[in-house]
Amino acid sequence: MTRAEDTARRLKRRHRAEKRFRLYGIGAVTSALVVLALLLGTIIVNGSSAFTTTEMRLTVFLDPAVIDPDAKKNRDDLLQADYGAIVLAALQKRFPEATGRSERLQLLKLASPGARDVLRDMVMADPAVIGKTVEVSVPASDNIDLLRKGKMTKAQAVSGGKMNERQFAWYDKLAADGLVRGTFNTRFFTAGASREPELAGIWSAVVGSFMTLAVTLVVAFPLGVAAAIYLQEFAPKNRWTDMIEVNINNLAAVPSIVFGLLGLAVFLNYMGLPRSAPLVGGLVLALMTLPTIIIAARSAMQAVPPSIRDAAVGLGASPLQVVAHHVLPLAMPGILTGSIIGMARALGETAPLLMIGMVAFIVDAPTSPMSPATVLPVQVYLWADSPERAFAEKTAAAVLVLLAFLIVMNGLAIYLRRKFERRW
Amino acid sequence: MNTSALLTLIVLIAMGGFYVGRGRALRRAKNAATTLHSLPGYYGYYVALSVALPALGLMALWLALEPTIIRNLVIADLPAATRSLAPERIELLYNTIVNTARARAIGASGDPATLAAAAHYTQLRTTAQMALTALALTLAVAGLLFARGRVGPSLRARCAVEKIVMALLMTASLVAVLATIGIVLSLLFESVRFFDKVPVTDFLFGLHWSPQTALRADQVGSSGSFGAVPVFAGTLLITAIAMLVAGPVGLMSAIFMSEYASPRTRAIVKPVLEVLAGIPTVVFGFFAALTVAPFVRKMGEAAGLSVASESALAAGLVMGIMVIPFVSSLSDDVINAVPQSLRDGAYALGATKSETVRQVILPAALPGIVGSFLLAISRAIGETMIVVMAAGLAAKLTANPLEAVTTVTVQIVTLLVGDQEFDSPKTLAAFALGLVLFCVTLALNIIALRIVRAFREEYE
Repeated sequence: MTRAEDTARRLKRRHRAEKRFRLYGIGAVTSALVVLALLLGTIIVNGSSAFTTTEMRLTVFLDPAVIDPDAKKNRDDLLQADYGAIVLAALQKRFPEATGRSERLQLLKLASPGARDVLRDMVMADPAVIGKTVEVSVPASDNIDLLRKGKMTKAQAVSGGKMNERQFAWYDKLAADGLVRGTFNTRFFTAGASREPELAGIWSAVVGSFMTLAVTLVVAFPLGVAAAIYLQEFAPKNRWTDMIEVNINNLAAVPSIVFGLLGLAVFLNYMGLPRSAPLVGGLVLALMTLPTIIIAARSAMQAVPPSIRDAAVGLGASPLQVVAHHVLPLAMPGILTGSIIGMARALGETAPLLMIGMVAFIVDAPTSPMSPATVLPVQVYLWADSPERAFAEKTAAAVLVLLAFLIVMNGLAIYLRRKFERRW
Repeated sequence: MNTSALLTLIVLIAMGGFYVGRGRALRRAKNAATTLHSLPGYYGYYVALSVALPALGLMALWLALEPTIIRNLVIADLPAATRSLAPERIELLYNTIVNTARARAIGASGDPATLAAAAHYTQLRTTAQMALTALALTLAVAGLLFARGRVGPSLRARCAVEKIVMALLMTASLVAVLATIGIVLSLLFESVRFFDKVPVTDFLFGLHWSPQTALRADQVGSSGSFGAVPVFAGTLLITAIAMLVAGPVGLMSAIFMSEYASPRTRAIVKPVLEVLAGIPTVVFGFFAALTVAPFVRKMGEAAGLSVASESALAAGLVMGIMVIPFVSSLSDDVINAVPQSLRDGAYALGATKSETVRQVILPAALPGIVGSFLLAISRAIGETMIVVMAAGLAAKLTANPLEAVTTVTVQIVTLLVGDQEFDSPKTLAAFALGLVLFCVTLALNIIALRIVRAFREEYE
């Protein structure tokens, strides 16, 4: 073998190795992107169906004998009347063959327990409807909802003990008569948590998240900016300030669950603040967000050129006036961008909030930062844990709402950065 | 007056103080602002700060100390027989008293001693609240009058205000330190109580973990055992799987993006990878439980293996996906920091691109890359939601990725979520685990930063 042949062969081998290496790189990037697409794809596919729900159109006779036997229209009596019996009567009128006790129970199970609430609200809003026959849309049970959306086959429903053949026949008949239809699921956005998947919503969690983040913002933003001003503009360079700086960087790397332990030990056990409260959650998240805000604010202030400071000093401004009137306003877009990103991270945080008891079953939206609440990511966690099949789509839908909030916040941060970005 | 009303009132007085101070300064200067030492607004701030700071400081101090003092007073007033109980029992009794006092409004019942103590508690609370209101308002008004008296053309209001503001800024920078101290103290304090009940060596080197203590002493397994080695092993297993995914993928992506990709590809791919870093971990956990775990199980069954439904493999894979951006973005930064002259030198010697990367760039960037791996490992160890939703609960000492294992964070969550009994070793064990977690992640971070700093090649 000549030298030239040898070199050519080696060159070929080296070029093959080059191509392989390049392919590894492409493979790595593509696999990361594919995984991301898969993640978002499954959530969208699973979750989008939760934005519609299934309703049944029933012809209901609001029987005075059941709702208001003594015809006094007493509000308490009206509230406590047996509306389930009225729903059942309406269904039985359509399917008179259901007579036995268990058959009637199965028939009633076609409708959601929320059907009673719909009727009750109707009667409470206008007691004059008692005794009339009305057409009402009531929510169907979660099983019918899944069946209609094709999320559950009949075979699965039977094997899971969810529905039986008789109920299928009733459902098919209702569907054939055009009485079962899908509508936009407003309940999902306006209701709180519920044990019934078809009645569960995210409103109380959204309000909880909002309150928690408000506390976080009020605590972390001023503290973070003040600390950054001191460290960046005034602190003498010595061991003490070095220690503070190291401290802040370390704090940024502490696992979030440890902040939850801190909250449990200090805010709940020592200070005796109420469990599950947005106030405590907000404080814990504020401590977590603080390093992010400080670091962002410092680098934003660092980017303001010294000439601005010199000019202000030259005009007789005191050091604090230089910062308050010139450096801070110029650095504000950068500070806001960093803070919004920090807040977005706080919005998605779950683990520390589990520690301070924000896992309670919350039906009503919290009314104050001291009342028990849950937040959106915790709601996702709770629903994901639920064995009910119908909660899977609710979970995915809640994730979609959470991601939508995050997209809005990050979009705002990017917009601010683009709009106010300044090269000196 | 309740706390928030008092707070509002003090803020209102301070705002009033601003106008009082400014107005008085201008009047004393006979409306010729130029004779004043400072701008008129500073006299306003001076008065406002004199009102707010002492009053708010008193409130903060009061609210921090009040629970402890009231607790001691209530306990001191209990019958002697009760006071001689064990501290845990007294703690429990005190909680009952507080809860009774809170529930009294809705007509709670209990034994007479508890009710009496609850009444005492309520009365102390009311007294304390009234005393605080009176004292804080007195301080606020005194501050207003004192500062107003001092306002005049010769008062150096700006200097005084700036001194106060500077002190406030400095205090704010101490909060981060306070948070760290708080973390360390609360973890240490509870851990020490745990180690009173369970020896440190048993905890760190014991091979059996089953923290569920039985309710009655005579039940089987009533003592609970706290050997944390299986928990640590599970954490390491899942972290190792995660790094097997994130290491190669993250590093190769970083190399591709900095060396091969065109600027346009880079501009698209880099933000998309950052999206991965912005997704809440609870979403990854949901993905793991919903999609990956069943997929892994099905694959395993197709290959004839028995796979646990909460296998370490599924949790580790998803955890790996989560930490990819940490590895890739940090490695990308260090690779980009390698100077172009090194690349040009390698090319001039006839090296191909991959040879340059492997033999020149990676060695030059190695400390940074190791640092990024360490940071990613520390992330993975401390990550909670993915493993809570996709990993198991039972501690098993195994290296088989197809079995279910548990991790430190999962144990902390399961021990602390739900009903807790204070002072049971079960609850305290969570803090001991938290302490280990805190120390390990802190050490990893410090080592990572050290490596990056110590071995960084200085070019030029």
